Amino acid sequence: MSKSSIDIKPEVGHGSFKSYVTGFGLSLVLTLLAYILVVDGSRPANTIIAAIIVLAVMQLFVQLYFFLHLARESKPRWNLTALLFAALVVGIVVIGSLWIMRNLNYSHQHGNDRSPSDASRYIVEDELIKN
Amino acid sequence: MSNTAVQPVETAQSMEHDNDSKTIFGFWVYLMTDCVVFASLFATFAVLRTSTFGDPSGNELFSLPFVLVETLILLTSSFTCGLAMLAAHRKDQAKVIAWFGVTFLLGIAFLSLELTEFSHLAHEGNSWTRSGFLSAFFTLVGTHGLHITTGLLWMIVLLVQIAKRGLVTSTMRRLTMLSLFWHFLDIIWIFIFTIVYLVGAV
Amino acid sequence: MNFALDNLLGFGNLFGNLLGKLSFDAIQHGPVIAGAQVSLLLGAMGTVALLTYLKRWKWLWNEWLTSVDPKKIGVMYIIVALLMLVRGVVDAGMMRAQQAVSVGSSNGFLDADHYQQIFTAHGSIMIFFVAMGLMFGLINLVLPLQLGARDVAFPFLNSTSFWLFVAGVGLMNMSLVLGGFAATGWLAYPPLSELQYSPGVGVDFWIWSIQIAGIGSLLSGINFLVTIIKMRCKGMTLMRMPMFAWSVMGSMVLVIFAFPILTATLALLALDRTFGMHFFTATGGGNPMMYINLIWAWGHPEVYILILPAFGIFSELVATFSRKRLFGYSSMVWAIGAITFLSYVVWLHHFFTMGAGGNVNAFFGVMTMVISVPTGVKGFNGLFTMYRGRIRFTTPMMWFLGFVVTFTIGGVTGVMLAVPAIDFQVHNSLFLVAHFHNMIIGGVVYGYLAGITYWFPKIFGFKLNERLGRYAFWCWFIGFLLAFIPLYILGIMGATRRLDHYDASLGWQGLFIVAGVGVMVIIAGIGFQVLQLIVSIVQRKSNLDTTGDPWNGRTLEWSTRSPAPFYNFAVLPVVSGHDAFWSIKHSRAKETKPEYQDIVLPRNTPMGMFIAGFAFLFGFAAIWHIVWLAPLALVGVIGCIVIRSASDNTEYTVTAAKLAKLETAYAKEQAA
Repeated sequence: MSKSSIDIKPEVGHGSFKSYVTGFGLSLVLTLLAYILVVDGSRPANTIIAAIIVLAVMQLFVQLYFFLHLARESKPRWNLTALLFAALVVGIVVIGSLWIMRNLNYSHQHGNDRSPSDASRYIVEDELIKN
Repeated sequence: MSNTAVQPVETAQSMEHDNDSKTIFGFWVYLMTDCVVFASLFATFAVLRTSTFGDPSGNELFSLPFVLVETLILLTSSFTCGLAMLAAHRKDQAKVIAWFGVTFLLGIAFLSLELTEFSHLAHEGNSWTRSGFLSAFFTLVGTHGLHITTGLLWMIVLLVQIAKRGLVTSTMRRLTMLSLFWHFLDIIWIFIFTIVYLVGAV
Repeated sequence: MNFALDNLLGFGNLFGNLLGKLSFDAIQHGPVIAGAQVSLLLGAMGTVALLTYLKRWKWLWNEWLTSVDPKKIGVMYIIVALLMLVRGVVDAGMMRAQQAVSVGSSNGFLDADHYQQIFTAHGSIMIFFVAMGLMFGLINLVLPLQLGARDVAFPFLNSTSFWLFVAGVGLMNMSLVLGGFAATGWLAYPPLSELQYSPGVGVDFWIWSIQIAGIGSLLSGINFLVTIIKMRCKGMTLMRMPMFAWSVMGSMVLVIFAFPILTATLALLALDRTFGMHFFTATGGGNPMMYINLIWAWGHPEVYILILPAFGIFSELVATFSRKRLFGYSSMVWAIGAITFLSYVVWLHHFFTMGAGGNVNAFFGVMTMVISVPTGVKGFNGLFTMYRGRIRFTTPMMWFLGFVVTFTIGGVTGVMLAVPAIDFQVHNSLFLVAHFHNMIIGGVVYGYLAGITYWFPKIFGFKLNERLGRYAFWCWFIGFLLAFIPLYILGIMGATRRLDHYDASLGWQGLFIVAGVGVMVIIAGIGFQVLQLIVSIVQRKSNLDTTGDPWNGRTLEWSTRSPAPFYNFAVLPVVSGHDAFWSIKHSRAKETKPEYQDIVLPRNTPMGMFIAGFAFLFGFAAIWHIVWLAPLALVGVIGCIVIRSASDNTEYTVTAAKLAKLETAYAKEQAA
């Protein structure tokens, strides 16, 4: 009644029990580490933020490798190529948007039509930035 | 007009393999488009993060222990999904259904916790109509939740198909795609957990 | 009046709630719009009458509507796109007419709100339904044939994409009758597009028609990319693909990574309007600039999505009609790659003037100028292909030459606009309007019209009338220059876009009148094209394409007969170099008897149509706030998907014997 079940060897590799356990364990550690860093709160805010973002990216790689088997596919590595391009676009959209919006928000709040000398004086005075 | 070289073999078997290869790749490409959707929502959240319109910020609204439990539940479900796939490659139908059953329950647990958090926030008056920040929060986390819901629905449908047809080529292919989807959702959650909840609490 | 009517028909409150915001008030009135409604109605009724009279309903359903053959789907896309072109050009004609007469004490024949709906509809229709429709139509027709494949990667998805496109078209045209359209410009910037300043349903119509069609586009992007990557025939490495296929690949990569941004952004605007969220509202912590940022992060790739396949078509044409191999294949591929990547880093040039600082503007300005380099490479390679070629001035070749002249003018003004300091003077003026029409008409439209002329015989088995085609081309070419060069001048003189009235003292009217004449010449060109179609059909027996290769082509699609059989190739080709068909034609190897094998093809299905039908209902419910219909429609979509996935019977086999019979029958026909 059922059709023949051909054993597929798809371009997406499939892992072993060990790889899933390793991936799970590492992800657990990375998650808890990030959590503890934030809850502890004894380090400066910027350090914590940088650290947890690094931890998140590490967990991303862990899960891409151990759960999604990304680096293990057979050539040509189209899945990897697609992912890299997606990462590029994501980076451009997110970082580009943040850069643009920060720039716009600044201009909309403070104006952007001053002469350079006026502007630097303003920045020093109003924003209390040391020269 | 005929060609002059040997033509490729178009057997049923090779076509099935080709089917799998292109369908799974196509699904992967779809997941990449989903990444870009989430990227847009993340970017919007990042921009509106401070637009609380005078209201409490994320710091004061979110319970980190609660979110940690959610995170661990989802992570575990990603693991059990992996175990289910291992069973599938061993052609162990009973185990597949069992492990996906566990994954399903964990997914339901995750969703309930998330809905609890949402309704708690809404009842306190911090709903999505309150500010740009809250709109972005509910939409980003809510879109992830909608994807989880879709995944759970997919699980039910696929498990029914497996029960009826067994682990044949088509159901194996669909299992592969479902597991890709489920792992992908956990990966997105890593970033939600980090950027929405953890960074908000720093 | 409406209250009385409601009561008279016994509707009362219940009905009022059942239909959300929909009521008899929604019906649009006015002499001009009545004209549009009547045309729509007559067209629909005429089609129904014709089908009934010819007893072709079953044929329509079986052969076309439920078809998953990309050749059929392609034709349907093009028909819908051309119908929408008519509507878009009528919009343009109305705008030109208004601007030619609405000076000083005269206010023309369109009030401001109506005028605003017209330019919004014009832009939305032309981009989303005409350009995208022609593009996906041509890709469907040509790509599998060029790659030596039988079909696209996901035939059912292909059908669904087409019907989602139709659902979008349906919603947009519905707004002509019910509710009115957005009056915000084709990208509906907030805060104007937010509920506070656009309280009607017009913007919702805009959101949902584009959202639904956009999802169709996204799915097509995935479909065609996987087709190119996974379904090329044996021996066709990527670097042996025809240039059109490469250009489609670049375009689909752009679709895949840009359309999700549109999906997300439209959703956010819908959430603002429907659920009172504050993404882009003027108050409540919203940030309208974020919409502009995101929508252009999609919007810029979108224009490259449209132009790349047109470039690909021109590459094919110039090689075929110069009887010479395309110059610089590798550099052309590189150029497509560069354009694809660079498309993602220029988007701010659409809003230089909206508050970004010097460094941000400078970065995006420089990137914008850089993107003209690979574009220039493609243009020069086309010319180098012509150099020392033996050129045939067929209609498609005329379109190419027209493109070279027209697009270059537009490109040059583009590099001007890329300089923020210049852009500050002409942003949102008619100079800008002239520039982008220059690119879209000179590049996209000329390309797709050329493609339709070029590939017409492959699909229908006979060529289009050459002379009428040439008349049409000249009308378009001259009409375009008449219509848009004045706009460049007006822009520099200070004329803003989207004006429905201006002062007589400005001295602009003369130029607006010239522009109006230009549009009429373009309309004459379209008239010639309609005539060309009719005459060609009537005279088809004398224009038959008997060899399958009417132009002495170089690529695989010309190796099949015309019209191409439903299975494309009886035996899948094996290629060994560029211009695969050219080598096959000129090889000295003996022709061996083909060995046929069983072929598996997808069955026709109405499911794609049903999914899109439910999507249409969802959009309708979202627009009119019909609370009970929305979840039902969603369940409908999901239900169709589940039912389809459970279906075992989605393919059928054409046996080798049947193939042999079909091929022999054709050969006999040929000999006769």
